[in-house]
Amino acid sequence: MSERKTVMSVNGTEMFSPPSNILIPTRDEGKKPVLDVRGLGIDFGGLRAVDEFTITVSPTEISGLIGPNGAGKTTVFNLLTNVYKPTRGAILLDGHPTAGKSVAQVNRMGIARTFQNIRLFDQMTVLDNVRVGMSNNIRCNFAESFLRLPGYFKAEKRSRERALELLSIFHMESEAYTLAGNLPYGAQRRLEIIRALATEPKVLLLDEPAAGMNPSETHALMESIRQIRDQFGIAIVLIEHDMNLVMGVCEGIAVLNFGKVIAKGTPDQIKNNEAVIEAYLGRQEKKEA
Amino acid sequence: MKKFLSRINRRDALTLLVLVGIFAFFFIMLETGAASNQFKNMIIPMSYYILLAISLNLMVGVLGELSLGHAGFMSVGAYTGCFLSVMLVEKFPELPMYVYLPVAMLCGGLMAALFGVLIGIPALRVKGDYLAIVTLAFCEIIKTVIINLEFLGGAIGFDTDSIVPDRNKALTLLPYAAFAVIVSAILIMNLVRSKHGRAIMAVRDNRIAAEACGINVNFYKVAVFGIAAFFAGIAGVLYGHNDVLLKSANFDFNMSIEILVMVVLGGMGSNMLGSVIAAVVMTALPEMLRDFSDYRMLIYSVMLIVIMLFTSAPALAGIRERLSLGFIKESLQKKMAKKAEKKKAGKEEEK
Ligand SMILES: Nc1ncnc2c1ncn2[C@@H]1O[C@H](COP(=O)(O)OP(=O)(O)O)[C@@H](O)[C@H]1O
Ligand SMILES: [Mg+2]
Repeated sequence: MSERKTVMSVNGTEMFSPPSNILIPTRDEGKKPVLDVRGLGIDFGGLRAVDEFTITVSPTEISGLIGPNGAGKTTVFNLLTNVYKPTRGAILLDGHPTAGKSVAQVNRMGIARTFQNIRLFDQMTVLDNVRVGMSNNIRCNFAESFLRLPGYFKAEKRSRERALELLSIFHMESEAYTLAGNLPYGAQRRLEIIRALATEPKVLLLDEPAAGMNPSETHALMESIRQIRDQFGIAIVLIEHDMNLVMGVCEGIAVLNFGKVIAKGTPDQIKNNEAVIEAYLGRQEKKEA
Repeated sequence: MKKFLSRINRRDALTLLVLVGIFAFFFIMLETGAASNQFKNMIIPMSYYILLAISLNLMVGVLGELSLGHAGFMSVGAYTGCFLSVMLVEKFPELPMYVYLPVAMLCGGLMAALFGVLIGIPALRVKGDYLAIVTLAFCEIIKTVIINLEFLGGAIGFDTDSIVPDRNKALTLLPYAAFAVIVSAILIMNLVRSKHGRAIMAVRDNRIAAEACGINVNFYKVAVFGIAAFFAGIAGVLYGHNDVLLKSANFDFNMSIEILVMVVLGGMGSNMLGSVIAAVVMTALPEMLRDFSDYRMLIYSVMLIVIMLFTSAPALAGIRERLSLGFIKESLQKKMAKKAEKKKAGKEEEK
């Protein structure tokens, strides 16, 4: 546990033992981690879906979570957002434990996410989808809503302007009034990211944001992810199968296989890690990894 | 004026216009004496069915929870309001109607809302068909409890003859009905177009995503139960004041279903106009078919099926689109644009 005192964003495995703070983005040096996950684990019946999951994420870090299908990546996100109650371990957000909080409360504490299988409010407009994300940041009580008091108009105006501003990140202002369900696939994924951002998170979790996107869309997404980090100054954790995206944008990467972290490190370290290559290629004779 | 118009949703404005039109029509028919007795008897029921349909649409169409308990909330409102009116009229015979009826409506609504919240909390545990069964059971329980309450008239019914002494009840009650329905409709539509309305629709569209967006799903579900019940309660007070005898057996499964059919036919969702029109049509239809005596219910059922098919069959989507307001507007705009172009071309030729 002592090695965490040096502000390391991603702890190395014994294999690399990286020099103390090589992985921390220099801009985050000396800052406390925004997300501190210790020994997280969950069992589904007999299945250890996630076990001994430990990471720290610094305040403006972009990190990646990769691994073969069924490795437990989405389950980690569900644990981080309290959709599942962990069997073991603890999650500290900005030093505060999230145990016992509801999903909505965890969001209000500062963790927002997108979903691998898109979950938009299909019957609502793009603009209103974003505004739902802003629900806890706009002040407008029931009386103001029922009676259309001045506070209502102020809240509506402010939320519309803010939502359009957020939509402009992905140049989606012109689609503000189409129904979210009618958007093409890639646009739906982008809208989910904007909606999550609208909740003003400290940590943004993206579950396969590039799934179903073509290479040029993926490339644009990569730029946008960096832009979001710079503009909002938040930490981003992303699950992704597109290695160009992961290696291109992530500063630290953790690799998951059968619910266990098998490697952590910089993109370069991960690329050359034997255990990782094995996990992906599935070599039979060295199954102990 | 323009600024004011830009502040209200166009669909809501249209709904409001239709509502005002309906009540203006009622007033004119009654004032001029042009209304037949049959029509007179339909006016107040139409009013409370409009309110029932709108409030149930808030629950079914906006929140997305299937409730078969609306008649139950209505009966709570009806009995509370009428009991209060009877008490007030007994104690203060001089008390004018414009004092005790609004008080009765408010109290009836509040009591129904209380029941709505009380049912809403345990109902959080169930969804879909199961929720429908739970709310249905609630409706039946209320009915049975009231039958066994002596001070509410028991099985014989609660005598409400004294509270609206006027023989021409429709005309006496119409201003109250118009006020209650229009104000309620405005309040409900305002809610739907607010931050809270969006949160409610988010729960409907994707509960898991709504939670992930920081929305307290349970809070909104219970709130909508309370709000929808509140307005159903007000409708119940109107119902009770329109009749001379309040019988709890009338607030049964059939009534809840009838309201639900209105909501479904009107097209569930954030637009309330459909519910309004469906409530009017469905209240008028059975009455107007009386002439066909034996075949009445048969024709009624067939018409329902036809309307249902027309409003929801995917094969008829094209026809629906052609008949929709948006389409008509668009085609008009196209025609106008063409005309303008022709004019322009003509002018250029002149030059
Ligand atoms: N709610 C659940 N109940 C039982 N098993 C689950 C549940 N959620 C996930 N799992 C199992 O956990 C494992 C990891 O799943 P998941 O996290 O979705 O993988 P991925 O890395 O592809 O996102 C899978 O074997 C999956 O079947
Ligand atoms: Mg997954």
